[in-house]
Amino acid sequence: MAPSPSPAAAGLPNWEADPILAVEHLFMRFGGLIAVNDLSFKVGRGDITALIGPNGAGKTTVFNCITGFYKPSEGRLVLAHGHAPTAEELARVTLIGERALVGRKSSVYLLERMPDYRVSGEAKVARTFQNIRLFTGMTVLENLMVAQHNTLMVASGFSLKGLFGLPGWNAAQRAATEKAKYWMEKVGLTDRADDPAGDLPYGAQRRLEIARAMCSDPILLCLDEPAAGLNPRESLELNNLLRSVRAEHGTSILLIEHDMSVVMEISDHVVVLDYGTKISDGTPEAVKNDPRVIAAYLGVDEDAVEEVEAEIDAEIAAHSTGAHS
Amino acid sequence: MDVFIQQLINGLTLGSIYGLIAIGYTMVFGIIGMVNFAHGDVFMVSSFIALICFLLVTTVLGITSIFLALAIVLVVAMFFTSLTNWAIERVAYRPLRGSFRLAPMISAIGMSIFLANFVQVSQGPRNKPVPPMVTDVIVLMDNNGYQVTLAWKQVIIMVVTAVLLMGFWYLVQKTSLGRAQRAVEQDRKMAALLGINVDHTISLTFVIGAALAAVAGVMYLMYYGVAHFADGFVPGVKAFTAAVLGGIGSLPGAVLGGLLIGLIEVFWSAYFSIEYKDVAAFSILAITLIFMPQGLLGRPEVEKV
Amino acid sequence: MAVQLAETAPPPAKASPSSSVMAHAFKDAVITGLIALGLFTPLIGFETVIIDGALGLDYRPGTLAVMVGIIFVGRLLLNLTVWSPNRKPSVRSGPTIFDRAGTTIGPAVKPLLLAFAVGFPFIAAFAMGGMNESRYLIDLGILILTYVMLGWGLNIVVGLAGLLDLGYVAFYAVGAYTYALLATSAPINDFFAGFLGETFWANWAFWICLPMAGVFAGMWGMMLGFPVLRLRGDYLAIVTLAFGEIIRLVLINWVDFTGGGAGIASIPRATFFGVPFTAGENGFAALFGLQFNPMHRIIFLYFVILALALITAFATVRLRRLPVGRAWEALREDEIACRSLGINTTNVKLSAFATGAMFGGFAGCFFAVRAGFVSPESFTFDISAMILAIVVLGGMGSQIGVAVAAAVMIGGMEMLRNLGFLNQIFGGDFDPSLYRMLIFGFAMVAIMVWKPRGLVSTRAPTIFLKERKAVSGDHVKEGHG
Repeated sequence: MAPSPSPAAAGLPNWEADPILAVEHLFMRFGGLIAVNDLSFKVGRGDITALIGPNGAGKTTVFNCITGFYKPSEGRLVLAHGHAPTAEELARVTLIGERALVGRKSSVYLLERMPDYRVSGEAKVARTFQNIRLFTGMTVLENLMVAQHNTLMVASGFSLKGLFGLPGWNAAQRAATEKAKYWMEKVGLTDRADDPAGDLPYGAQRRLEIARAMCSDPILLCLDEPAAGLNPRESLELNNLLRSVRAEHGTSILLIEHDMSVVMEISDHVVVLDYGTKISDGTPEAVKNDPRVIAAYLGVDEDAVEEVEAEIDAEIAAHSTGAHS
Repeated sequence: MDVFIQQLINGLTLGSIYGLIAIGYTMVFGIIGMVNFAHGDVFMVSSFIALICFLLVTTVLGITSIFLALAIVLVVAMFFTSLTNWAIERVAYRPLRGSFRLAPMISAIGMSIFLANFVQVSQGPRNKPVPPMVTDVIVLMDNNGYQVTLAWKQVIIMVVTAVLLMGFWYLVQKTSLGRAQRAVEQDRKMAALLGINVDHTISLTFVIGAALAAVAGVMYLMYYGVAHFADGFVPGVKAFTAAVLGGIGSLPGAVLGGLLIGLIEVFWSAYFSIEYKDVAAFSILAITLIFMPQGLLGRPEVEKV
Repeated sequence: MAVQLAETAPPPAKASPSSSVMAHAFKDAVITGLIALGLFTPLIGFETVIIDGALGLDYRPGTLAVMVGIIFVGRLLLNLTVWSPNRKPSVRSGPTIFDRAGTTIGPAVKPLLLAFAVGFPFIAAFAMGGMNESRYLIDLGILILTYVMLGWGLNIVVGLAGLLDLGYVAFYAVGAYTYALLATSAPINDFFAGFLGETFWANWAFWICLPMAGVFAGMWGMMLGFPVLRLRGDYLAIVTLAFGEIIRLVLINWVDFTGGGAGIASIPRATFFGVPFTAGENGFAALFGLQFNPMHRIIFLYFVILALALITAFATVRLRRLPVGRAWEALREDEIACRSLGINTTNVKLSAFATGAMFGGFAGCFFAVRAGFVSPESFTFDISAMILAIVVLGGMGSQIGVAVAAAVMIGGMEMLRNLGFLNQIFGGDFDPSLYRMLIFGFAMVAIMVWKPRGLVSTRAPTIFLKERKAVSGDHVKEGHG
């Protein structure tokens, strides 16, 4: 890798020029089963990257490796705050066995060495889950407050200041509430702030999960099928939400998605997985036209590919006209 | 060496009893995912039923053949203990099925306290000794006066355990009841949709577990010659330890675990300290659960994200 | 084979003629009676008695008939009333009366309860016509408050963090033995007496040991919590039970250190912040110009445990509104989601264990000073079960529910001691106190069947934007750890 590459260098795509996350030769084995097989790809800073593939391709496993819930069998997961590390820096942090090299302007984290809570707390990678995991018995506001746990814990003097009502804690609590209010506004849940999360309709629960993840100030947001179970209108709102998250907060987004209208509409970069290996990687346009992708999705031979392409085009057209009307 | 062999024999005998009780824990845990806290007390109740039946058979009916008497006692104790456990499931657990997870556990603890005190109130708080039943021994080795013996009652315990286990193994492996049990274990709703009577299957599981506990109760009474209302808790915990050590949900595991716990307890008492033998059992329980929660023959559980 | 779902609905109620209802109810009651006959025949129909050193049988057909009769009549009456097919099923939705008591009228009830608790010794003395006569009631109040405090302490672990702890009595024991050992062991006494001055140590021992008992118990909570971090649900419950039993067995067997089964006696009594409750010149009575009365000490103990319990409640309420308390509840709701938000669940669990254990340690220290005697007998599994039952009956997480449950259960158990008049009905050798645990066990089962979620099943949010709405128990999870 070239030292401190400039984003526009040599017409490289953003994910090559300025990657926030580099997945390198990732393997994940469960007993004899190889769920992820020598997977490498990069996620560009400020990009919306989609990870797609047929059911059982290993997408969620990759997510679980990135977010620390699984320990990869092999491979390196490099997350960069600030600018991407040079090859020497990377080699050094890898060799000395540290899980991170934290600098003033930029830091590098080796996610495969970190337990899950550090991946989210220190490396600032937040995630949502395929089967929504909210704190259903807590209110919407409480869910968003829990997400700011680490900040508030310090502000409450690890409970001591808070227990005796010392100053500082109240201000921190107010600031946290303001942030929660901002995100409730953003996902349209202000009216339901005091309702239990378990009471919300499905679509609202998905939005709340995203808001909760954002409350932990991530630099990379990983969404596991955010549009699953949403109706077309809700999908559209989701697209807008994700775009604004990126535009206003500079958060990079990595998402798993089956809904092609979402994938093709908003992503800058698509990575396609099948049987744990990467079969395609590029812009949505390039991936869409990749015959291997079509074959993997439909299990068809080359003859049927054109037909499928036409179908996908039609679907996207239908969605985008729906969006503009 | 001779001490070792003697302890080995004693350990296997005790282990057989634990194994029989452990099956009740493991089956109930397998099918409804609950630790039946009252199972140790069901075992205790069975030893009292056996005691009363034994007294009836020998004093009132005047049967002198000890083997005939034991056979009658075994059958009667199995029947009444099964009825008891069936009623317990019906009253204390079935209404709570599918409810709050803690509820059946609290209910089981309550049932355990109830059973122990019920026996205390109805039969009195004192130890109830029975006259020694089968006293003959086989001298295996005689080493300068230290005799390694195998008592006939130990032979009976091991043989009865082995025969019952084989019969029981056949029942759960080869019959439709066993199939129904395994189906309910996997997916209760689906099993119901496929025409399995779930309530019935669960009830039968409790009945079988109690029957085996009753066998253990009879053997315990014969071996130690005493019944006491508080003798349910500690053997219950040890049998549960056996079930966990063998891998909860696994039937051969329960027996293997039972034998191991029996051996560990006996050797610990013989070579280390008899005061701390229960501490040893509890420690094994904790260590197994912490470091090897799937046990020796159980399936490992993978955390789903 | 008929398709039968696990949760089969009762047969639809149709307007059937009452004669068939009667017949059906009767038939059902007969079957139940027969089952009861089968259940009771061995253990109630016969009694094993020891005559001249040999075991014999006694027959009790009368008792058996009465028991079976009770079951038969009871079932018949229930069939005709509560379970009658003609009875309209009561449609109940929304919070129960207890839930409302816990949340809406709670704010009004709490000060009243508090005022009652503060005034209780005076009310008792007034009602019984004198301080000495009220001794029994005040002792009962102390016992109830001890269990309220233990319930609130365990509530942090079980109700808030959702970690099932069946060995809570261990921390109670650690607290009690901390004070007993520190205050009675000669070398330790000498050390403190040399360090703090003989009289000072003698007068202040309890007040110095109280925080130490909490700290020790909290440390034990962490130590025992650490190995069980990975365990969930029933396994966690069993391991904590095992730890509780191990501690008790060690207390019994380590005779040199703990005095073994005989326990530790003549533990120094509590002082009024350095002023002993003696008749002498420097005593409490003389200092305040009162006539000496041993009840002063008892009433003082009552206020000590009341203060300790209130501190527990206050700290819990505060902690719930702090990040650590929210993390406890979030842990109960979804551990994986917690970790995805950067929460170190290890620390969260340990802090819950330690906090709960600390309050148990305070209560234990108080127990030792009140009784003046500790032995392993006081720290059996039954106590753990009792505290857990109080927490679950109260409604996990609800403070007022736990307090009510403790009062009902401990008060009820105590009342069973005093049913001496039953002797006149059942004959002279009838001992009602024998039935305490029997009824307690039965009540645990009955309460679970009746109200699996406890008296107060709703949860009060810790923060709100516009209005504080109680969260229905249906959404609140019970934790899996």
